[in-house]
Amino acid sequence: MSEKLLFTKEHEWVLVKGDVVRVGITDYAQEELGDVVYVDLPEVGDRVEEGEGFVVVESVKAVADVYAPVSGEVISVNEELDESPELVNESPFDRGWIAEIKVEGVAQTGDLMSKQEYEEFLKGV
Amino acid sequence: MRYIPLTQTEREEMLAVLGLESVEELFAEIPREMVLTDDLPLPDALSEAELIEHFRQLAAKNKDLTSVVSFMGAGAYDHLIPSAISHLVGREFLTAYTPYQAEISQGVLQTIFEYQTLIAELTGMEASNASMYDGATALAEAALMSCAVTRRDKVVLPATLHPEWREVVDLYLGSQAVEIIDLPIDTATGTLDLSGVGDIPWEEVACAVVQQPNFFGNLEQIEPVRDLVKEAKGLFVMAVDPISLGLLKSPGELGADIVVGDGQSLGNAMAFGGPSFGFFATSGRNLIRRMPGRIAGQTVDTEGRRGFVLTLQAREQHIRREKATSNICTNQALNALTASIYLSLLGKQGFLDVGRQCLQKAHYFKNRLLEIDGLSAPFSAPSFREFVIEGDVDWNGINEKLLEQGFLGGLPLDRFGYPNWVLFSVTEARTKEEMDRFTNLLRGLIT
Amino acid sequence: MTAKQVVPLIFERSSPGRRGYRLPDLDVPEVAVEELIPAEFLREEPPELPEVSELDVVRHYTQLSRLNYAIDVGFYPLGSCTMKYNPRVHEDLASMPGFANLHPYQPEESVQGALQLMYELGEYLAAISGLSETTLQPAAGAHGELTGLMVIKAYHEYQGEGHRNEIIVPDSAHGTNPATTAMVGYKVVEVPSDERGGVNVEELRKLVGPNTAGLMLTNPNTLGLFDENITEIAKIVHDVGGLLYYDGANANAILGIVRPGDMGFDVVHYNLHKTFSTPHGGGGPGAGPIVVSKELAPFLPEPVVRKDGDRYYFHKPEHTIGRMKSFYGHFLVCLRAYAYIRSHGPSGLREVSETAVLHANYMMRRLQEAYELPYDRICMHEFVLSGVRQKEMGVKTLDIAKRLLDYGYHAPTVYFPLNVDEAIMIEPTETESKATLDEFIEVMLTIAREAEENPELVLNAPSKTPVTRLDESRAARQPVLRWQKEA
Repeated sequence: MSEKLLFTKEHEWVLVKGDVVRVGITDYAQEELGDVVYVDLPEVGDRVEEGEGFVVVESVKAVADVYAPVSGEVISVNEELDESPELVNESPFDRGWIAEIKVEGVAQTGDLMSKQEYEEFLKGV
Repeated sequence: MRYIPLTQTEREEMLAVLGLESVEELFAEIPREMVLTDDLPLPDALSEAELIEHFRQLAAKNKDLTSVVSFMGAGAYDHLIPSAISHLVGREFLTAYTPYQAEISQGVLQTIFEYQTLIAELTGMEASNASMYDGATALAEAALMSCAVTRRDKVVLPATLHPEWREVVDLYLGSQAVEIIDLPIDTATGTLDLSGVGDIPWEEVACAVVQQPNFFGNLEQIEPVRDLVKEAKGLFVMAVDPISLGLLKSPGELGADIVVGDGQSLGNAMAFGGPSFGFFATSGRNLIRRMPGRIAGQTVDTEGRRGFVLTLQAREQHIRREKATSNICTNQALNALTASIYLSLLGKQGFLDVGRQCLQKAHYFKNRLLEIDGLSAPFSAPSFREFVIEGDVDWNGINEKLLEQGFLGGLPLDRFGYPNWVLFSVTEARTKEEMDRFTNLLRGLIT
Repeated sequence: MTAKQVVPLIFERSSPGRRGYRLPDLDVPEVAVEELIPAEFLREEPPELPEVSELDVVRHYTQLSRLNYAIDVGFYPLGSCTMKYNPRVHEDLASMPGFANLHPYQPEESVQGALQLMYELGEYLAAISGLSETTLQPAAGAHGELTGLMVIKAYHEYQGEGHRNEIIVPDSAHGTNPATTAMVGYKVVEVPSDERGGVNVEELRKLVGPNTAGLMLTNPNTLGLFDENITEIAKIVHDVGGLLYYDGANANAILGIVRPGDMGFDVVHYNLHKTFSTPHGGGGPGAGPIVVSKELAPFLPEPVVRKDGDRYYFHKPEHTIGRMKSFYGHFLVCLRAYAYIRSHGPSGLREVSETAVLHANYMMRRLQEAYELPYDRICMHEFVLSGVRQKEMGVKTLDIAKRLLDYGYHAPTVYFPLNVDEAIMIEPTETESKATLDEFIEVMLTIAREAEENPELVLNAPSKTPVTRLDESRAARQPVLRWQKEA
């Protein structure tokens, strides 16, 4: 199945694999937050609406909501973050992934940015 | 002015740097029509000597408990306070601020860490925050936290809770439209009437609260309420008297999820009701991260030395703003420090002795009072250092007469809607001679 | 402060069987505990409290106290916190048994002096604010905010306007304003600042409406600037039926100069621990009384103190919201504020604010050469610099703050308000001498030079403090919140 890596203006990355999207925060986002100390994960089975804050990432001096890029059901969360929240800093695109949402039907990702578009977007931030 | 060191010459030097002629020009941006032209209507300044004399005169209009023997409790208690406390809290704790710069606040931070340990130890819980305003607000915050954690909006409150605490909780919960479900009192035992608990929709309940000992001094059977609320995945909240925790089973042992209480009796003056402090303790990672208020934690510095910082701050208002767990900023640092010093001085054995003496003396006094014709004990439940006496007499009038004789009697509970009941409190500070003398006086006034 | 040292925890000084305080012997016949309280209620293992001597305790807390910075130790320019000198006579007054040793439920006749003090303090605060009636019950500034918004909410509901559910808060506001708004179940509506640092009036006009319950504002605001448009702002909010809440955090700038009531505010809280010089105690207790307009007075929490002839008594306001905490508030904190007002009198209070404002402007102008001044206009009792010039050299505001510790000062408030990058907020207060201000200015200028010439010095600060920088990430990732006995 083909995979597609997309980005949001809230500095989340979205990896689309069919009707499942995996969500994390970008390198830029983790850099801005500083040392991540806790990730308040949703529960598997939670229903989320597109645009809803469904995860909270805490650093020592800041806190960021992670917004659901699509509507659907949380089917898996990265439990490793419970013990090792620093993975979000060390490996934001890989071991620091946060949650997976199963979309009803096909994920509507038209509003999301490609890697190139996101890099352009960052220049303007 | 006494506390303003600026001289006229210095004022002129500063104005010269600013290129101004007068201090008034600094206020030029304030719309003219609202700038005051007259002095505020306040009394003229007093010198230090005049101020002290004025306060002496005010104090003379009060009858304080240095010359009056008190049997009044109901949330403020006349315990012995070791002398060393005031000398220590008056040092470089008094005029420090919240420990924002940890490197030069290790004293404050370490005392908070020690305080958290002491509270955790007393309550049998895993963690405590750095303290809250008082017991009543701590309970209100516990109820709100329960609603946030469970995402439910019903709270079960006991009728045997201190009535003022109840008012505070009502107000806090009312503004968030939380529904309150009452557990009534069984007036035979002086504890909760649990006959109706089966009708409560427990699966919608965020938390159930029990006060132990309750407002009337009696010990509650907490297990039925605890089991019902916890089975339905709600939280069990206990409001406790810290002085009882040497003797009584710890809330941690009893399965409490959140424990709160008022710390006045741990070395703090009664102070006409404040300031004291509230304690707030909980267990489990999920709940600890949802606690309101400041928390100190242990860490290391760049050279590996142990040190302490404020931690888990992402919960707090200065970071999370409208999504904070509470709007509280401060803790009652000096009052909590007082409690830490008190508990350190009393120590493991001394603290037990305070609890035992309260219990023994309260028991003795209760029996003496019951020797008086016309007085009875309305409740059958065991009690700790407070108890209710019933008598169909004018308790407020009697208290006025007792006060003339140097005694502050028990608290007539008519003010809370319970005529004929009086709540007495006995601490380790009372002597047998005082209790005997009071009994004789009261007998004379009643018969 | 002393050289680097780690003070052991009180628990680490413990030795089994040692006692620090002796109780009088029990003088009533002793009954077995189990006869009084059934065994099922009793604790088997007593709490592990320290077992130490009185001298152990005195040394322990004395040593810890010496690791603290305090107003008594040195200059404390912490913006928005008003760290002025706390007169020692207040401590003597607060410890007089005639005040410290009163039970809150004593008959009113036996506490007339205490009630008189509370009543008169309420009157003084009403005079200073230009409003009508006071409650001393709120325990702190944030608690005052909560009380004030609950009063506003109760007022709207009484007027049949219970649908109002929005509080407008400036983007420069202290975090308590939005947090309090959420606590009373209201929605936060943020209004941006204009280019002069005040409320953007045009934006405000768009944000108000039939759901506006009120606006929370400090004036001078958190940038230390007086909002010249306050009359217009008040009119905009009042015209749609909203009320104005004055956050008194910055009241030290305006005592006897302008009153919040005259600016159009309906509710005011004062931080007695800031403006009226009660000691901060390492984080508390403070006190946050509120004063309200005549229309709002019936909604105040119970009880308030009233006077009838020479007699003072507790009174339950007609439409009271209820009770914000046990008893009557932080009486002994209020007592110190009362003493402060009586020591100053009307001209003294005015001089407090005039001097505080003069000091702030003087420092601002002298520091302007080395630090960015984002809002270049007259400030009130405090001002906000930005460390952006230094940041370009790789030195952040946090580093500047830490370097100040090495020079023996407390740092200013940093990274607040949020609408200024690398914010450095300085509040000198009126009780410091010009010599102290000049010394601090020199140090700030020196640090700016160091940032250019020798940034490592600043980046590695502090090095002269009892501990060096602490690992906050570790503290938050693996929280250790209590001492544990080693197994």
